[in-house]
Amino acid sequence: MSIRKNITASMGALCLTLAAGLVQAGDTIKIGSFLAVTGPASFLGDPELKTLQMYVQEINAKGGVNGKQLELIHYDTSGKAKEAVNFTKRLVKKDRVDLIVGGSTSGTTMAAIPIVEKNRIPFISLAGSVKIIDPVKKWVFKVPHTDRMAAAKIFADMKKRGLTKLALISGDGGFGKSGRAQTMELAPTHGIKIVADESYGKKDTDMTAQLTKIRDTDAQAILNFGFGAGPAIVTKNVHHLGIKLPLYQSHGVASKKYIALAGVAAEGVRLPAAALLVADKLADGEKQKPVLISYKSAFEAKHGAVSTFGGHAYDGLMIAVEALKRAGSADKAKVRDEIEKTQGFIGTGGVFNITAKDHLGLGLDAFKMLEIKGGDWVVVE
Amino acid sequence: MSQRKGFYLLTLLVVLLPLLFPDNYFVTVVAVSAGLNAILAVSLNLLMGYAGQISLGHAAFFGMGAYTSAILTTKFAWNPWPAMVAGMILTGTIAFFMARPVLKLKGHYLAMATLGFGIIINIILVQAVGLTGGPDGLGEIPTLSFFGWQVDTDLRWYIVIGSCMLLVVWLALNLINSRSGRALRALHGSEVAAEMMGIDTTATKTGVFVMAALIASLAGSLFAHQQSFVSPDSCDFFFSIELVTMVVLGGMASTYGAVFGAIVLTFLPELLVVFEDFEVMIFGAILMSMMIFLPQGMFVGMQNLLQRLTHRRSALPGEDPNEPA
Repeated sequence: MSIRKNITASMGALCLTLAAGLVQAGDTIKIGSFLAVTGPASFLGDPELKTLQMYVQEINAKGGVNGKQLELIHYDTSGKAKEAVNFTKRLVKKDRVDLIVGGSTSGTTMAAIPIVEKNRIPFISLAGSVKIIDPVKKWVFKVPHTDRMAAAKIFADMKKRGLTKLALISGDGGFGKSGRAQTMELAPTHGIKIVADESYGKKDTDMTAQLTKIRDTDAQAILNFGFGAGPAIVTKNVHHLGIKLPLYQSHGVASKKYIALAGVAAEGVRLPAAALLVADKLADGEKQKPVLISYKSAFEAKHGAVSTFGGHAYDGLMIAVEALKRAGSADKAKVRDEIEKTQGFIGTGGVFNITAKDHLGLGLDAFKMLEIKGGDWVVVE
Repeated sequence: MSQRKGFYLLTLLVVLLPLLFPDNYFVTVVAVSAGLNAILAVSLNLLMGYAGQISLGHAAFFGMGAYTSAILTTKFAWNPWPAMVAGMILTGTIAFFMARPVLKLKGHYLAMATLGFGIIINIILVQAVGLTGGPDGLGEIPTLSFFGWQVDTDLRWYIVIGSCMLLVVWLALNLINSRSGRALRALHGSEVAAEMMGIDTTATKTGVFVMAALIASLAGSLFAHQQSFVSPDSCDFFFSIELVTMVVLGGMASTYGAVFGAIVLTFLPELLVVFEDFEVMIFGAILMSMMIFLPQGMFVGMQNLLQRLTHRRSALPGEDPNEPA
């Protein structure tokens, strides 16, 4: 008896949830987003969400797009693939969004891809891995530079300095692992020999053992692929061990926090990074400069120090808005086609020339090779 | 009798929902997650609620099933069905060999051992990039098909997962009311007393541990095919904790309680997203107040409450309405 009553109660609860699920209709262009606003990848999702909110508000204040207001619907995945799958389905089925700009991490993006492909929704990802656009997927685009580009940029710089033997040390997170794989794959084509391949855990506090091993090889340079505190520790350890080899870091450390953590040890470290970091040091003639300065000052006026990750959200949103304008409607197929025709769009990440074969559209020149000098970034090209 | 009635009602609910709302997000997407969680919670409840053996590593068995299915179907082009069976065999074998040493432990020590096991499996999934795809996960997992009937829409997945959940609930109910079910409950009460009654406690504990692992592995395989993507964070330590929370929230030693806990914990976050930044806080507050006011678990607590109310009407004055029947 009582079980039946309880089931009735649970049925009542279910009915409530269904009532809450009624879709509201409105004449807006709906932009969906799922970001890692909390959790370990919040340093990506947080500035991304702030950027999206800031610019959607600004565009709406100026009268919206195609005479319609933009509506941003966003969910927090905390960087979990399972949540990304559910929230993408929610965006598609319940909120019925016109396009999606989001996916802070490669894992969450990869998890969402089957859904957007099946439901034919234009999707601009904000995550790094090259796997997202290689092979090309019809409805999926991305704006951040890939780890493969970072590796290529570093190899080009090594060649210039006449270095061919590289020791690799990488973190065991998604970013470090993917970067390591791309480095290994790309090295032979650039005539670089990997003489050591070490890794460390994301909670490790000392990498002296791995670096001692590297010191005993005939490496001419060290490359560290990783996010967070790891690279700063590697930098410090290299300094303390008195290893005089040139140290390269990836674009994963492209924030002032890294310099603060590594201190004097960071002097002379080189890394490929987006021009946003050195916006005010660019020559006045550079095409990107006005965009960078305007984004940087807008973001910093409201939220504090700028990061390249928020910049990706700006690029993704603006490419989508431009495509919406050219398409003249929010028709999904038309918008997708127009995103694919994006040419010469100047964003914070570089100049985008998207084609049917390249759903990223950034060249190697989108990265600047930076060196840390006197606690600040200096362009070395 | 009432157990069977409850089962009929649950079946009716599962059948009616998609008929009433065939294209509702909460039915075809959230209810599918709730169904999977319910399968896991029911299996964990056999171990925790009935046999009294705490496990903080249940997600590891789920992950082993999910990854076996994912790896065999994508890297070795197996048919999903033998892959699913292979997952269950692998998981069952590991659970069997783990059970004897681990289940000798009690209380905190058992919790620690299962927790460690869960973390080890997770580390393997993250580190074995060549096989598991590492932290980025493994995608493009094919969907299931029954003799040409492709499970390729959310509604069809609802049917598959819903049926599996009913099957698992039915199995659990039958198990509990059988000889071995009574043995389990005796074990929970007192191991020494159970042994005195002639129950082989080691074999009983091993049996239920393997059984729970097999069901979790099945749920994992279903999950992998349904999401067509698996990554280590889908079966990490926090998911194990979530499963334990479902069982405790619904009410230990109640199969319907586990189902109820799974449904509440899956739907609540989906409903609370409207509060944005306050979502997590409100979620925590709800859980906390539930455990304060209904410490036996929501389902069991409400059941007792109803019983008390109906009893009070017919009870003789002076009789204690709290007395268990």
